[in-house]
Amino acid sequence: MTPRKHPVTLLTGFLGSGKTTLLRRLLEHPGMGETAVIVNELGEVPLDHHLVRAVDERTVVLASGCVCCTMRGDLAEELRDLFSRRIRYEIPDFHRVVVETTGLADPAPVLYTLLTEPVVRHHFELECVVTTVDSVNGLDQLERQPESVKQAAVADRLVVTKADIAAPEDVEALEGRLRTINPAAALLRVEFGDVDPAILLRAADRDPRELDLEPPAHTGHVHAFSIELDEEVDWTAFGVWLTMLLQSRGQDVLRVKGLVNTGGDGPLVLNGVQHVIHPPEHLPAWPDADRRSRLVFIARGVSREEVERSLRAFNRAAALV
Amino acid sequence: MLCGALMSDHWAEQSGGYRARKARVKLMNRVLGHYGLSVDDWAGAVYTLHDRKGSSVVVQDVGSVWQAAEGLAGRPLDPLDGDLVASLERVAAR
Repeated sequence: MTPRKHPVTLLTGFLGSGKTTLLRRLLEHPGMGETAVIVNELGEVPLDHHLVRAVDERTVVLASGCVCCTMRGDLAEELRDLFSRRIRYEIPDFHRVVVETTGLADPAPVLYTLLTEPVVRHHFELECVVTTVDSVNGLDQLERQPESVKQAAVADRLVVTKADIAAPEDVEALEGRLRTINPAAALLRVEFGDVDPAILLRAADRDPRELDLEPPAHTGHVHAFSIELDEEVDWTAFGVWLTMLLQSRGQDVLRVKGLVNTGGDGPLVLNGVQHVIHPPEHLPAWPDADRRSRLVFIARGVSREEVERSLRAFNRAAALV
Repeated sequence: MLCGALMSDHWAEQSGGYRARKARVKLMNRVLGHYGLSVDDWAGAVYTLHDRKGSSVVVQDVGSVWQAAEGLAGRPLDPLDGDLVASLERVAAR
């Protein structure tokens, strides 16, 4: 029997966006017992918690030289150490792990580490990425700081903070921009970190087939678009196509999510951040009668039309080779 | 060495076994041919990329093929390249 893996929540967000407040309140909640926490700097975080560990964000750039395929050696080491000390009863038992990144951190290397480091991925699994965005400064940060756009793009849950001290029209403008960048993420308004972990960590993803996506004002902006395919997708061709796309456009394709009809009883669930693709999961059945594949891309500088035409060409060529 | 594909860790190679590997090599050859390159499966374990000058590179999985191919071709290989897409569409229209 395979032992159950520890779920890992990645908590990211720009400087001053309320990550620590959210984390502190979450840890006070009875539903968050048995949680180990990994933060970047212990000193600045007044967390009253029995299992807080600090890492110093050492990164190991792999031979590819690609930033998103960078192993966070410190994080891997810390997770391995947590696991081995737990099984030796040197630390209290824990079920879940929360990793809080610094505000300037690129979240992709953390995801890469969780999904590819051999020991880590055997014992831990990424449950969700929570990104905090503050209502007062968020819109400005999204305009000026590419890291904040990436943090919003990789999120499964977008937490809008400090709505109580911002003008309502600013909060709405921010939420509108966030929906343009990442319409697939659940969007939650949270004040003073007050949120039920059950809602935050287990909120259902939005079905990519129900999203209403608008074309971007400027193609250079990060934006989301979706592709629907009626025809069955050859999974081998899809793998060839997506690996090639991510090699050549990985810096511009921040996120790929969706349901793929490969001809099985249920769809294949795809979820990737830049070059890092979660192990695809086959669902036993479709959620409804709609059998179309639907992929959501969060990207800049590439259009829906060229991506769709290319994918169809690869898929059809595969049927003939 | 037995079937390495069964041991591949790459997300795109975790199902389908030998048949999928064979189909993958065929499709990759269609694409790589556009850039003057070709690829072979070596014992179901690794892929060998070749250019027309006799250079070759061994890679582990489909994800590594494209980076190595860029090195051999001396230019980026882009699946959104209109000429490449048009050549695949011509194959499909035949």
